[in-house]
Amino acid sequence: MIKQEKMAIVSQTEIAKNIFELTVTGSLVQEMNEPGQFVHVRVADSFEPLLRRPISVAKIDKEASSFTMIYRSEGRGTSLLSQKTQRDTLDVLGPLGHGFPVDEAGEKAYLIGGGIGVPPLYELALQLNAKGVETVHILGFESSEAVFYEDKFRALGDTHIATVDGSHGTEGFVTHILSALPNDFDTYYSCGPTPMLEAVQWAYPEKKGFLSYEQRMGCGIGACFACVCRTTRSETDYIKVCSDGPVFPAGVVIS
Amino acid sequence: MSLRVQMPGLDLKNPIMPASGCFGFGKEYAQLYDLSKLGSIMIKATTAEMRLGNPTPRVAETSSGMLNAIGLQNPGLEKVVGEELPWLDQFDVPIIANVAGSLAEDYVEVARTISKAPNVHALELNISCPNVKQGGITFGTDPNVAKELTRMVKDVSDVPVYVKLSPNVTDVVQLAKAVEEGGADGITMINTLLGMRLDPKTGRPVIANITGGLSGPAIKPVALRMVYEVRRHTNLPIIGMGGVAEVDDVIDFLSAGANAVAVGTANFVNPFVCTELIDKLPERLHELGYESVHELTGRSHRL
Repeated sequence: MIKQEKMAIVSQTEIAKNIFELTVTGSLVQEMNEPGQFVHVRVADSFEPLLRRPISVAKIDKEASSFTMIYRSEGRGTSLLSQKTQRDTLDVLGPLGHGFPVDEAGEKAYLIGGGIGVPPLYELALQLNAKGVETVHILGFESSEAVFYEDKFRALGDTHIATVDGSHGTEGFVTHILSALPNDFDTYYSCGPTPMLEAVQWAYPEKKGFLSYEQRMGCGIGACFACVCRTTRSETDYIKVCSDGPVFPAGVVIS
Repeated sequence: MSLRVQMPGLDLKNPIMPASGCFGFGKEYAQLYDLSKLGSIMIKATTAEMRLGNPTPRVAETSSGMLNAIGLQNPGLEKVVGEELPWLDQFDVPIIANVAGSLAEDYVEVARTISKAPNVHALELNISCPNVKQGGITFGTDPNVAKELTRMVKDVSDVPVYVKLSPNVTDVVQLAKAVEEGGADGITMINTLLGMRLDPKTGRPVIANITGGLSGPAIKPVALRMVYEVRRHTNLPIIGMGGVAEVDDVIDFLSAGANAVAVGTANFVNPFVCTELIDKLPERLHELGYESVHELTGRSHRL
């Protein structure tokens, strides 16, 4: 069930260059189940900036009634968000959308993430490992300064890092790593820039895959029709990224 | 304390309703609160055939506002009448159906059919959408065209017809008087202001449609001025909108002469805003020394 709550900020840390890890606590966490869902966050009490910011959920801790977001501070909204401290509360709407189906993983899954698309894969990796699924993580970043959670992923399974400038791990994109890895997995899950999602689904046309998409959003709950994409199902079929997704089976969304 | 408002076709529990295009057909917000609490619901614009809308990105944030160019995406008349309106019938709330089209005949067809739905108590004639190439605003900028279309829709509608005015005109009063002559039962105003935003790095428009409609708190002064002006020249009921987000915005629109108030973009910022405004309005009216919405309406003209 979707709730709106003023949540208490537990911690906020810059974990890589302009990448912030923000943990908040409140009863809304009890509604969170699927990895890959997101929350819609209000960054100011005023109407400037006006709209909420959609941010993915990186970790759910039901016992502590807290959850963690990881986001990049790049615009006015996320910059304001990055200045919030334990003295502030955060207006959170969520959980929103449909996440990654963990029951379809099979025995071995590839988790493929790029940049700020990496965070939701962490909660996914936690849940898959808890179910006994072997996870391999292939994560791409701009440069060594932008890399985060490498050790946390490594603790859960094989982890391969690519950086565009080659300053850490393999030079290039996640696809460079994938081409050298065996095809011995059952399912892939991916979140990142649209060109990366496209490349990943082209690489594995025979595999079962789930992709998390991004679109500019208005309401975040499916009412405003801002984040609509066409699909391969028919000429007139469409999806709303916010409420039908953001996760869809590979081969469905025309991005 | 009475929040009740009566206008042609509309006997409203309170003067607060979500604006068309900001609330879909209610399903999403029904997950959050009981829609029966609302004064009315202005449902998403309905066209004769389904529309898939404009390319994305369709929205962009601006200072205290946002631009949108959705492009009237909707499932089409048959589905709205067959599925969306019957679903909404579970709530005790009169519906205002927003009617749109490319040609005059499209408006007539939609109006004729949708006005027969039992829970549709009024139509909102959308002659002011800035985001479609044909229809929409082309009917809303020429007074004679607006008058004629209003007359054609009035002829076929089973319920009162409210006409939604565009702010993208030189003289909004002229348009208001034209639709009144065409037989309009009321006016809703304002639609969005045409605007654009560029990406400073590339110089490219942020919205795929290049231009979009500006809404949100940024446009409230324009909307308020226009409601005030139109109220000076007509006794038709007015449903005022444009940047309403807080209870004093409701007070302002009522003071300027609106009989009821619609809330648009603020639903995206705070999805509970309509119910919160309904809760706060009685106390605020009382603080100001009024015992009903009716007493307050138009007070700025009586000073």
